[in-house]
Amino acid sequence: MPEDVPGEVIEIGRAREPGPAAEPCPLAFFTCRIEAGFPSPADDYLEGTLDLNEHLIRRPAATFFLRVSGDSMTGAGIYPGDILIVDRSLPPADGRIVIAVIDGELTVKRLSRRHGRIRLLPENPRYPPIEINAEQDLRVWGVVVHAIHSFA
Amino acid sequence: MPSIPSPRGRNTGGLGGLVCLVDVNNFYASCERVFDPGLEGRPVVVLSNNDGCIIARSQEAKDLGIPMGEPVHKVKDFLRRERVHVYSSNYALYGDMSARVVAVLKRFTPYLEVYSIDESFLDLTGFADPAAHGRAVKDAVHRWTGLPVSVGTGATKTLAKIANRTAKKDPGLGGVFVMPPDPGDNDALLAALPADAVWGIGRRLAQRLGKLGVITALDLKRAEPKFIRSRLGVVVERTVLELRGIPCLDLELTQPDHKGIMVARGFGRRITEYRHIAEAVATYVSRAAEKLRRQDLAANTLTVSLRTSPFDTHRQRYANAAGLTFPEATFDTPAMIAAAGQCLKRIYRPGLAYQKAGVFLDGLEKVGAMQLGLFASIDQNRAGALMRAVDRLNRDWGRDTVRFAAAGTRRPWMMKQKMRSPCYTTRWQDLKRVGN
Repeated sequence: MPEDVPGEVIEIGRAREPGPAAEPCPLAFFTCRIEAGFPSPADDYLEGTLDLNEHLIRRPAATFFLRVSGDSMTGAGIYPGDILIVDRSLPPADGRIVIAVIDGELTVKRLSRRHGRIRLLPENPRYPPIEINAEQDLRVWGVVVHAIHSFA
Repeated sequence: MPSIPSPRGRNTGGLGGLVCLVDVNNFYASCERVFDPGLEGRPVVVLSNNDGCIIARSQEAKDLGIPMGEPVHKVKDFLRRERVHVYSSNYALYGDMSARVVAVLKRFTPYLEVYSIDESFLDLTGFADPAAHGRAVKDAVHRWTGLPVSVGTGATKTLAKIANRTAKKDPGLGGVFVMPPDPGDNDALLAALPADAVWGIGRRLAQRLGKLGVITALDLKRAEPKFIRSRLGVVVERTVLELRGIPCLDLELTQPDHKGIMVARGFGRRITEYRHIAEAVATYVSRAAEKLRRQDLAANTLTVSLRTSPFDTHRQRYANAAGLTFPEATFDTPAMIAAAGQCLKRIYRPGLAYQKAGVFLDGLEKVGAMQLGLFASIDQNRAGALMRAVDRLNRDWGRDTVRFAAAGTRRPWMMKQKMRSPCYTTRWQDLKRVGN
């Protein structure tokens, strides 16, 4: 590894512009291409590549990406612009962060089902909890399993 | 039944087989609803390419009496008055949702035939409780994808189709219906069904059957197979046997033979200039060639078709097609664009208002099995590497990132799709937004 020059930014890779197609993006773990000469000592330790899809998505058929546009869940680390990875196949258990349908709109909240009481809890003091009455039936669209937050 | 030729595929095991048809209810409209739950309970229609006709309706739209295939300009006012939600077709979304449904179904059995974008046949032979399985399938598809399905099970594909129809029509069934295992117990149900509601019996066939005294599905089931065969052919004879619970149509689990690749679309508006049509045709060629390479195929022939609108009664109408055979099977886009240009020159007539063009690739073969022509004109390996690179760029960066200059840059012929929903599942910039 070359020493970092103080004060200079070393650009490793440029983030893509938003574009279509969620192709697997394999990152090489160990690779060594030597046409002639000695083989790399790392070759014996090749372990394939790390695929983020594999890490983040258990059930592709049930997994959807949604974009956050509100700030009611910042306390849970979910910020406007983040991408939520939502697995519809998971049961909406107490304490999970869910996508719920309220008045025909999708909303992200923490689900609370305790003592026969169902509530959707924001994680931002500026928003009130949403009480679900017995006659309203709560529709849970899916369960949030990851939030992708970008820093650059 | 040695006399009845059976198509290739998995034999469903003769008597005692069990076939299940899973069909997404109002598929296109239901896809729109998954991402816009506010459409629940409201009438939704989806339009054909170019926003021409109504090709899908939610139940509420059906209940309003909006007919299938209705040209949208005829019912514009009605749609507005009834506050019908109107969408252009979004095939990127429907295709993705369809693949998800199939993936869920494959968790139940690997023996499955994807019959169309919204229908699959499952082989449930040997499953003990088909009704319970049907409910499990329905619940799983709904939970995983948000799409409502109907599930019909019977001893044959034809009976499964009828069971599915029954599951849809009778709300009391909860979307799942299994034909009684004893074929005799189906009779009341079949008696209530007109013959043209049976799979494969169109209106014409039904008329001919009617003249023979065959009015209902039960009449058809009870008809003498040999007689039916002599009058209406082996296909209808098979239907008779299938109604009796004798499987004649196997599930086609294997990929069917490559039948040729067609890319044909209407233009966004009428087009007269040769240059614009040539651009559209070059784009369709690019798309067709991409599909070809994705399946590792090469084409021997290419046909270009061109026509004016059959509805332009006040203008001169025209339709024509021209094709050619390559010296050797090819998957090279520039070679195909050049060939398409030659074809187009032969059929283009100046001064007409064209509405639609198409490109058809046929004589398809696997690239490995390709015959090398005596006068092979391109270095297949080099062309192959370039085409793979183009496909990869377009896949990674989005359709049309790299395209052939012949396909044009302004593209006035692009399809009209004014009311298309976002491509929620295939474009990053189109992801569904979730608010507070």
